[in-house]
Amino acid sequence: MSQGVEVVGLYVRDQEEALAFYVEKLGFRVHTDVRNGAYRWLTVQHPDQPSFQLGLFAPGPPVLDTETAQALRTIVAKGAMPPLVLAVDDCRAAYDRMRARGVEFTQEPMSRYGGVDAGFRDPSGNGWKMIEARRP
Amino acid sequence: MRRLLRAKDRMDAASHEDWPVERLAHVSGVSVAHFARSFKQAFGVPPHRYLLTRRIERATALLRDTDLSITDIAFHTGWASLGTFGRTLHDVTGESPGAIRMRGRASPREVGRVPACFLSAADRPDLTIAVSEKRRRLAGGINGSEE
Repeated sequence: MSQGVEVVGLYVRDQEEALAFYVEKLGFRVHTDVRNGAYRWLTVQHPDQPSFQLGLFAPGPPVLDTETAQALRTIVAKGAMPPLVLAVDDCRAAYDRMRARGVEFTQEPMSRYGGVDAGFRDPSGNGWKMIEARRP
Repeated sequence: MRRLLRAKDRMDAASHEDWPVERLAHVSGVSVAHFARSFKQAFGVPPHRYLLTRRIERATALLRDTDLSITDIAFHTGWASLGTFGRTLHDVTGESPGAIRMRGRASPREVGRVPACFLSAADRPDLTIAVSEKRRRLAGGINGSEE
Protein backbone atom coordinates (compact mmCIF):
# COMPACT_ATOMS: atom_id res chain seq x y z
CA MET A 1 0.00 0.00 0.00
CA SER A 2 1.49 3.35 -0.99
CA GLN A 3 -1.42 5.70 -0.46
CA GLY A 4 -3.03 6.78 2.80
CA VAL A 5 -2.30 8.58 6.03
CA GLU A 6 1.37 8.23 6.88
CA VAL A 7 2.10 10.64 9.75
CA VAL A 8 -0.14 12.18 12.39
CA GLY A 9 1.56 14.32 14.99
CA LEU A 10 1.03 15.10 18.65
CA TYR A 11 2.27 18.19 20.41
CA VAL A 12 4.45 17.31 23.36
CA ARG A 13 6.06 19.54 25.96
CA ASP A 14 9.46 17.85 25.72
CA GLN A 15 10.53 15.55 22.90
CA GLU A 16 13.09 13.64 24.95
CA GLU A 17 10.52 12.90 27.64
CA ALA A 18 7.93 11.91 25.02
CA LEU A 19 10.40 9.65 23.25
CA ALA A 20 11.21 7.83 26.48
CA PHE A 21 7.50 7.44 27.21
CA TYR A 22 6.40 6.10 23.83
CA VAL A 23 9.43 3.83 23.37
CA GLU A 24 10.16 2.56 26.87
CA LYS A 25 6.70 2.53 28.39
CA LEU A 26 4.47 1.87 25.37
CA GLY A 27 6.86 -0.23 23.26
CA PHE A 28 6.89 1.97 20.15
CA ARG A 29 10.01 2.20 17.96
CA VAL A 30 11.76 5.27 16.63
CA HIS A 31 11.08 5.73 12.93
CA THR A 32 12.78 9.06 12.19
CA ASP A 33 14.77 11.36 14.42
CA VAL A 34 16.35 14.22 12.50
CA ARG A 35 17.54 17.56 13.82
CA ASN A 36 18.03 20.79 11.98
CA GLY A 37 19.26 23.43 14.38
CA ALA A 38 16.65 23.81 17.09
CA TYR A 39 14.10 21.87 15.06
CA ARG A 40 13.67 18.14 15.54
CA TRP A 41 11.51 15.90 13.36
CA LEU A 42 10.72 12.91 15.53
CA THR A 43 8.34 10.10 14.69
CA VAL A 44 7.69 6.74 16.33
CA GLN A 45 5.89 3.66 15.17
CA HIS A 46 3.83 0.88 16.64
CA PRO A 47 5.72 -2.39 16.00
CA ASP A 48 2.64 -3.94 14.36
CA GLN A 49 1.90 -0.96 12.16
CA PRO A 50 4.78 -0.21 9.80
CA SER A 51 2.80 2.06 7.48
CA PHE A 52 1.91 4.62 10.13
CA GLN A 53 4.07 7.05 12.09
CA LEU A 54 3.11 9.01 15.17
CA GLY A 55 4.91 12.35 15.23
CA LEU A 56 6.11 13.77 18.54
CA PHE A 57 6.49 17.45 17.88
CA ALA A 58 7.40 20.27 20.23
CA PRO A 59 5.64 23.54 19.40
CA GLY A 60 8.12 26.39 19.19
CA PRO A 61 10.35 28.59 17.09
CA PRO A 62 11.20 28.67 14.23
CA VAL A 63 7.87 27.13 13.12
CA LEU A 64 5.73 28.84 15.75
CA ASP A 65 6.29 32.00 17.73
CA THR A 66 6.93 31.69 21.45
CA GLU A 67 3.49 32.92 22.48
CA THR A 68 1.65 30.46 20.21
CA ALA A 69 3.88 27.66 21.41
CA GLN A 70 3.08 28.48 25.02
CA ALA A 71 -0.65 28.53 24.25
CA LEU A 72 -0.37 25.11 22.60
CA ARG A 73 1.56 23.61 25.50
CA THR A 74 -1.17 24.88 27.83
CA ILE A 75 -3.91 23.35 25.69
CA VAL A 76 -2.12 19.99 25.68
CA ALA A 77 -1.59 20.15 29.45
CA LYS A 78 -5.32 20.84 29.88
CA GLY A 79 -6.08 17.59 28.09
CA ALA A 80 -7.99 19.50 25.41
CA MET A 81 -6.48 17.78 22.38
CA PRO A 82 -8.58 15.36 20.29
CA PRO A 83 -9.17 11.73 21.25
CA LEU A 84 -6.46 9.14 20.60
CA VAL A 85 -7.19 5.44 20.54
CA LEU A 86 -4.71 2.60 20.93
CA ALA A 87 -6.03 -0.83 19.95
CA VAL A 88 -4.75 -3.78 21.99
CA ASP A 89 -5.40 -7.52 22.08
CA ASP A 90 -5.70 -7.72 25.84
CA CYS A 91 -6.53 -4.49 27.67
CA ARG A 92 -6.06 -5.81 31.21
CA ALA A 93 -2.66 -7.35 30.45
CA ALA A 94 -1.53 -4.17 28.71
CA TYR A 95 -2.78 -2.14 31.69
CA ASP A 96 -0.78 -4.25 34.15
CA ARG A 97 2.35 -4.05 32.03
CA MET A 98 2.15 -0.32 31.40
CA ARG A 99 1.18 0.53 34.94
CA ALA A 100 4.21 -1.36 36.24
CA ARG A 101 6.31 0.87 34.00
CA GLY A 102 4.79 3.98 35.52
CA VAL A 103 2.17 5.03 32.97
CA GLU A 104 -0.37 7.45 34.48
CA PHE A 105 -3.78 5.84 34.02
CA THR A 106 -6.91 7.97 34.18
CA GLN A 107 -9.28 5.02 34.02
CA GLU A 108 -8.82 1.41 35.01
CA PRO A 109 -9.91 -1.25 32.53
CA MET A 110 -13.69 -1.57 32.39
CA SER A 111 -15.98 -3.70 30.30
CA ARG A 112 -18.67 -2.13 28.22
CA TYR A 113 -20.54 -3.30 25.18
CA GLY A 114 -18.53 -6.51 25.23
CA GLY A 115 -15.17 -4.71 24.87
CA VAL A 116 -12.71 -3.55 27.51
CA ASP A 117 -11.21 -0.09 27.66
CA ALA A 118 -8.86 1.92 29.85
CA GLY A 119 -7.54 5.48 29.73
CA PHE A 120 -4.08 6.95 30.20
CA ARG A 121 -2.15 10.12 29.51
CA ASP A 122 1.28 10.78 28.15
CA PRO A 123 3.54 13.06 30.22
CA SER A 124 2.44 16.12 28.23
CA GLY A 125 -1.26 15.52 28.90
CA ASN A 126 -2.37 13.88 25.65
CA GLY A 127 -5.21 11.52 26.54
CA TRP A 128 -5.38 8.00 25.15
CA LYS A 129 -8.08 5.37 25.28
CA MET A 130 -6.78 1.86 25.11
CA ILE A 131 -9.41 -0.42 23.68
CA GLU A 132 -9.66 -4.17 23.36
CA ALA A 133 -12.25 -4.78 20.70
CA ARG A 134 -15.17 -7.04 21.27
CA ARG A 135 -14.31 -10.60 20.33
CA PRO A 136 -16.28 -11.77 17.28
CA MET B 1 -1.64 23.07 34.48
CA ARG B 2 -0.70 19.44 34.15
CA ARG B 3 -1.39 19.09 37.89
CA LEU B 4 -4.82 20.65 37.55
CA LEU B 5 -5.60 18.12 34.85
CA ARG B 6 -4.67 15.37 37.28
CA ALA B 7 -7.40 16.54 39.67
CA LYS B 8 -9.87 16.69 36.79
CA ASP B 9 -8.88 13.15 35.75
CA ARG B 10 -9.50 11.92 39.28
CA MET B 11 -13.01 13.39 39.25
CA ASP B 12 -13.58 11.75 35.86
CA ALA B 13 -12.48 8.38 37.18
CA ALA B 14 -14.64 8.53 40.32
CA SER B 15 -17.38 11.09 39.77
CA HIS B 16 -19.62 9.30 42.29
CA GLU B 17 -17.25 10.19 45.13
CA ASP B 18 -17.31 13.44 47.07
CA TRP B 19 -14.77 15.92 45.79
CA PRO B 20 -14.54 18.84 48.19
CA VAL B 21 -12.14 21.46 46.93
CA GLU B 22 -9.66 20.57 49.71
CA ARG B 23 -9.34 17.05 48.32
CA LEU B 24 -8.88 18.31 44.77
CA ALA B 25 -6.29 20.85 45.85
CA HIS B 26 -4.45 18.05 47.63
CA VAL B 27 -4.38 15.93 44.44
CA SER B 28 -2.95 18.89 42.56
CA GLY B 29 -0.52 19.78 45.31
CA VAL B 30 -1.62 23.42 45.50
CA SER B 31 -3.49 25.62 47.98
CA VAL B 32 -7.29 25.58 48.11
CA ALA B 33 -7.60 29.21 47.05
CA HIS B 34 -5.19 28.75 44.19
CA PHE B 35 -6.91 25.56 43.05
CA ALA B 36 -10.43 26.97 42.92
CA ARG B 37 -9.30 30.02 40.98
CA SER B 38 -7.01 28.28 38.53
CA PHE B 39 -9.39 25.40 37.78
CA LYS B 40 -12.13 27.81 36.73
CA GLN B 41 -9.63 29.79 34.70
CA ALA B 42 -8.30 26.68 32.95
CA PHE B 43 -11.49 24.74 32.29
CA GLY B 44 -14.13 27.46 32.22
CA VAL B 45 -16.30 26.07 35.04
CA PRO B 46 -15.77 25.77 38.79
CA PRO B 47 -14.77 22.25 39.93
CA HIS B 48 -18.09 21.37 41.61
CA ARG B 49 -20.02 22.27 38.47
CA TYR B 50 -17.65 20.23 36.32
CA LEU B 51 -18.28 17.28 38.63
CA LEU B 52 -22.02 17.79 38.22
CA THR B 53 -21.72 17.59 34.42
CA ARG B 54 -19.82 14.31 34.71
CA ARG B 55 -22.41 12.85 37.08
CA ILE B 56 -25.21 13.78 34.75
CA GLU B 57 -23.33 12.34 31.79
CA ARG B 58 -22.83 9.08 33.65
CA ALA B 59 -26.41 8.92 34.89
CA THR B 60 -27.69 9.53 31.36
CA ALA B 61 -25.54 6.68 30.04
CA LEU B 62 -26.73 4.33 32.79
CA LEU B 63 -30.37 5.25 32.18
CA ARG B 64 -29.96 4.57 28.50
CA ASP B 65 -27.74 1.49 28.56
CA THR B 66 -28.62 -0.46 31.69
CA ASP B 67 -31.66 -1.80 33.48
CA LEU B 68 -30.58 -0.45 36.87
CA SER B 69 -33.40 1.18 38.78
CA ILE B 70 -33.45 4.97 38.92
CA THR B 71 -32.77 4.80 42.66
CA ASP B 72 -29.70 2.64 42.07
CA ILE B 73 -28.47 5.01 39.40
CA ALA B 74 -28.90 8.00 41.72
CA PHE B 75 -26.73 6.36 44.38
CA HIS B 76 -24.21 4.94 41.88
CA THR B 77 -23.58 8.38 40.44
CA GLY B 78 -23.04 10.16 43.73
CA TRP B 79 -26.32 11.75 44.76
CA ALA B 80 -27.32 11.64 48.40
CA SER B 81 -31.02 11.24 47.67
CA LEU B 82 -33.34 10.27 44.86
CA GLY B 83 -35.14 13.60 45.17
CA THR B 84 -32.00 15.67 44.65
CA PHE B 85 -31.03 13.52 41.70
CA GLY B 86 -34.39 13.86 39.96
CA ARG B 87 -34.66 17.57 40.65
CA THR B 88 -31.13 18.41 39.53
CA LEU B 89 -31.39 16.27 36.40
CA HIS B 90 -34.66 17.91 35.52
CA ASP B 91 -33.34 21.41 36.13
CA VAL B 92 -30.29 20.79 33.98
CA THR B 93 -31.70 18.73 31.12
CA GLY B 94 -35.38 19.63 31.26
CA GLU B 95 -36.31 15.96 31.52
CA SER B 96 -37.04 13.52 34.30
CA PRO B 97 -34.90 10.37 34.69
CA GLY B 98 -37.80 8.27 33.41
CA ALA B 99 -38.20 10.42 30.31
CA ILE B 100 -34.48 10.26 29.55
CA ARG B 101 -34.61 6.51 29.85
CA MET B 102 -37.59 6.22 27.52
CA ARG B 103 -36.11 8.55 24.93
CA GLY B 104 -32.78 6.72 25.02
CA ARG B 105 -34.48 3.41 24.40
CA ALA B 106 -36.79 4.74 21.70
CA SER B 107 -33.83 5.74 19.55
CA PRO B 108 -31.29 2.94 19.52
CA ARG B 109 -28.00 4.23 18.23
CA GLU B 110 -25.23 2.79 16.17
CA VAL B 111 -22.91 2.62 19.17
CA GLY B 112 -20.55 -0.04 17.90
CA ARG B 113 -18.38 2.29 15.86
CA VAL B 114 -17.80 4.99 18.45
CA PRO B 115 -15.82 4.28 21.63
CA ALA B 116 -18.29 4.38 24.52
CA CYS B 117 -16.52 7.10 26.47
CA PHE B 118 -16.65 9.55 23.56
CA LEU B 119 -20.26 8.68 22.87
CA SER B 120 -21.30 9.41 26.43
CA ALA B 121 -19.34 12.69 26.47
CA ALA B 122 -21.90 13.99 23.97
CA ASP B 123 -24.51 13.74 26.74
CA ARG B 124 -22.53 15.95 29.10
CA PRO B 125 -24.51 19.12 29.80
CA ASP B 126 -22.91 22.42 28.87
CA LEU B 127 -23.38 24.20 32.18
CA THR B 128 -22.38 27.76 31.47
CA ILE B 129 -24.36 29.03 34.45
CA ALA B 130 -24.91 27.62 37.90
CA VAL B 131 -27.89 25.34 38.38
CA SER B 132 -29.27 27.68 41.05
CA GLU B 133 -29.07 30.55 38.58
CA LYS B 134 -30.85 28.48 35.97
CA ARG B 135 -33.60 27.67 38.47
CA ARG B 136 -33.93 31.33 39.36
CA ARG B 137 -34.29 32.38 35.74
CA LEU B 138 -36.87 29.72 35.00
CA ALA B 139 -38.83 30.60 38.12
CA GLY B 140 -38.75 34.25 37.17
CA GLY B 141 -40.31 33.45 33.82
CA ILE B 142 -37.27 34.66 31.94
CA ASN B 143 -36.62 32.73 28.80
CA GLY B 144 -33.60 30.58 29.51
CA SER B 145 -33.60 28.80 26.17
CA GLU B 146 -30.57 30.63 24.83
CA GLU B 147 -28.38 28.22 26.72
